[in-house]
Amino acid sequence: MQLKSKDLLGMQQLDKEEIELILNTAQGMKQALLIGHKKTTHLQGKSVVTLFYENSTRTRLSFEMAAKYMGAATGNIAVSGSSINKGETLLDTAVTIDHMATDFIIMRHPSSGAPFYIADRVNASVINAGDGMDEHPTQCLLDLFTMKEQLGTLSGLKVAIIGDIAHSRVARSNIWALNKFNSEVRVAGPASMMPVEFEKTGAIVCNDVKEACEGCDVVMGLRLQLERMHSALFPSVNEYARFYGINDEVMACAQPHAIVMHPGPYNHGMEMTSNLRYSDQSFIDEQVTNGVACRMAVLYLLNVRRNSMAADQ
Amino acid sequence: MNGIIRQGKVIDATGEVTIKDIYFKDGCFAEPYEGPFDVDLDAAGKIVMPGFVDAHCHLRDPGFEYREDIVTGTRSAAHGGFTSIACMPNTKPVCDNAAVVSYIVKKSQTEGYVNVFPIGAVSKQLQGKELAEIGLMKEAGIVAVSDDGAPVRTADMMRKGMVYARDFDLVVINHCEDPSLADGYMNEGYNSTQMGVLGVPSAAEDIMVARDLILAEYLDLPIHLAHISTHGAVDMIRRAKKRGVKVTCETCPHYFVLTDDACLGFNTYARVNPPLRRPEDVTAIIEGLRDGTIDMIATDHAPHHEDEKDVPFDQANNGFIGFETAFALGYTYLVQPGYLTLAELVEKMSSAPANLLKIGRGTLEVGRPADLTIADVEETWEVDRFQMASKSMNTPYHGMTLTGKIKATLVDGKVVFNDELC
Repeated sequence: MQLKSKDLLGMQQLDKEEIELILNTAQGMKQALLIGHKKTTHLQGKSVVTLFYENSTRTRLSFEMAAKYMGAATGNIAVSGSSINKGETLLDTAVTIDHMATDFIIMRHPSSGAPFYIADRVNASVINAGDGMDEHPTQCLLDLFTMKEQLGTLSGLKVAIIGDIAHSRVARSNIWALNKFNSEVRVAGPASMMPVEFEKTGAIVCNDVKEACEGCDVVMGLRLQLERMHSALFPSVNEYARFYGINDEVMACAQPHAIVMHPGPYNHGMEMTSNLRYSDQSFIDEQVTNGVACRMAVLYLLNVRRNSMAADQ
Repeated sequence: MNGIIRQGKVIDATGEVTIKDIYFKDGCFAEPYEGPFDVDLDAAGKIVMPGFVDAHCHLRDPGFEYREDIVTGTRSAAHGGFTSIACMPNTKPVCDNAAVVSYIVKKSQTEGYVNVFPIGAVSKQLQGKELAEIGLMKEAGIVAVSDDGAPVRTADMMRKGMVYARDFDLVVINHCEDPSLADGYMNEGYNSTQMGVLGVPSAAEDIMVARDLILAEYLDLPIHLAHISTHGAVDMIRRAKKRGVKVTCETCPHYFVLTDDACLGFNTYARVNPPLRRPEDVTAIIEGLRDGTIDMIATDHAPHHEDEKDVPFDQANNGFIGFETAFALGYTYLVQPGYLTLAELVEKMSSAPANLLKIGRGTLEVGRPADLTIADVEETWEVDRFQMASKSMNTPYHGMTLTGKIKATLVDGKVVFNDELC
């Protein structure tokens, strides 16, 4: 079995079997990482370019390490210092990268749908590293990997996602994916950050954080995406932490075995208390390691598909 | 120009359809006479209608000629059966003074295919702060005032514009949208939620419609509301009309044909302002057209260059070209399903807008300018955005099969478009 598309654009586009394939492949990658085997030949002779129109620490570096561990040549375009500042359009920039015989373009852009727009226009495989408020599929894959690793399954889970739902591509990707595994997603956050008709996504919209976490296996915090808020959607950090923050009291509502997750970067004391972030329940750091493994798996599987396409031609 | 249109199915103001010959002499409709005729067209089996009038379009000239100009815009209008079009003032420079009005009038008279009637700005630079020179613009040829593209922002400015325009017998046309709520790229609903795109709620339109209706009622002055798209707006206008408020309004084909589903897949060709709404809004728009709440159909023809649509969704410009598809969309989506008779559709595309703008056209009455449109309502055709007479090709209807094809368009008795009609 192999992936169906040349690109990885969103969890909405992947079926359950493809997700399982990626997660199973990532398991092998993680084992290799843990035994210190960080030089494989899977991507030898291939090139990977990261094209990020938004700030990033972990996602960009995680992709870059994943590519390097598998032997790819890597390049990196940051918006500052590139021709994007000379007014070059996204399409022209992407096509230019494509014509350097690039195999993978890893793209983050503030416009929802931007990688979909580029994917059809380039030969390279486009991997969505976050598009606006739409999707962040590799973050979702590492979240699923972490849940499965810690809880043994992805089916029948109760997952609470707390915070700035409106601006969260992580929330959307997780909902699309967990729906496919028949797990229950509950969301809670300020109503001013809850998009209209959100229940139609399949998630259960809760009025308060404790209600959302009641009996949950996973409690996931989200970063407040202040840069996407055109106007203030909550009165103060203090008030946000008081009513929507994840703390011991909230965690007491969840299952005793419940794990705490957060996609990072994490605003200390806002979305969750610092003691929780570094508690035994927290798998936030494990998520980072799993991110490298999952991105290795995605690159590997897309490369397999590219090779078989090339062989067919 | 003297001429005869032979044996067409003629639709007149009463809604009667009769097979007869139509005569015109010196560019105006005339009683039957014995030639000689400069124009002699056989319209047997075709529909003969008053030339369409568009109360709302954007010709982009001056300032944005890379999208459209008066020549290509009026050519596109002629292809769509429009004989008179009223263009919005959001050009560069803004049409807020007599010089720009005169430029548009002169260029369209010398180079245009159809009649162009400029609409002047309500406020200088469309800024909503100071009144534009409405009187001087009226002398130069405007037929209405509007800050279209944006609403007249404050109620105070709107009131001043309505009161001042009355002195010059002009109506204010308002683009109804509360700007503080309109921070988005498509209709707010499940589609915007699942796509992760900021939405514009229907309430943004409804709030501005309510404000304008309150002002029109308070001042007892006429107002025309542009491109109505929500069920809430239709409800309020219906009730206001019953109370005797002097309100008229228009909708556009896309508000009775398309829903926000057209945006799925981040389709920038489906971006328009006001945004495509939900099925319940489409139903209400059709009902509003049916019961007369919505007086007319305008195109909001809004040409954009490919570079302005070939971008990520939230960076795309709003709007569609509309002249060449308007009649066929009306025929296919309103007449064929039985919502409107053909005569009612024609009325909403000719006499109703002509009366709003007081241009003395949009009718087949003897003595009036010989503006008429001939269509074949048996013919189906596929919309091909690469075959448009407009300079732009930003249409969401590419590939759709529609019924009703414009065969010829005459302005003042002169044939300005003829699609194989001998």
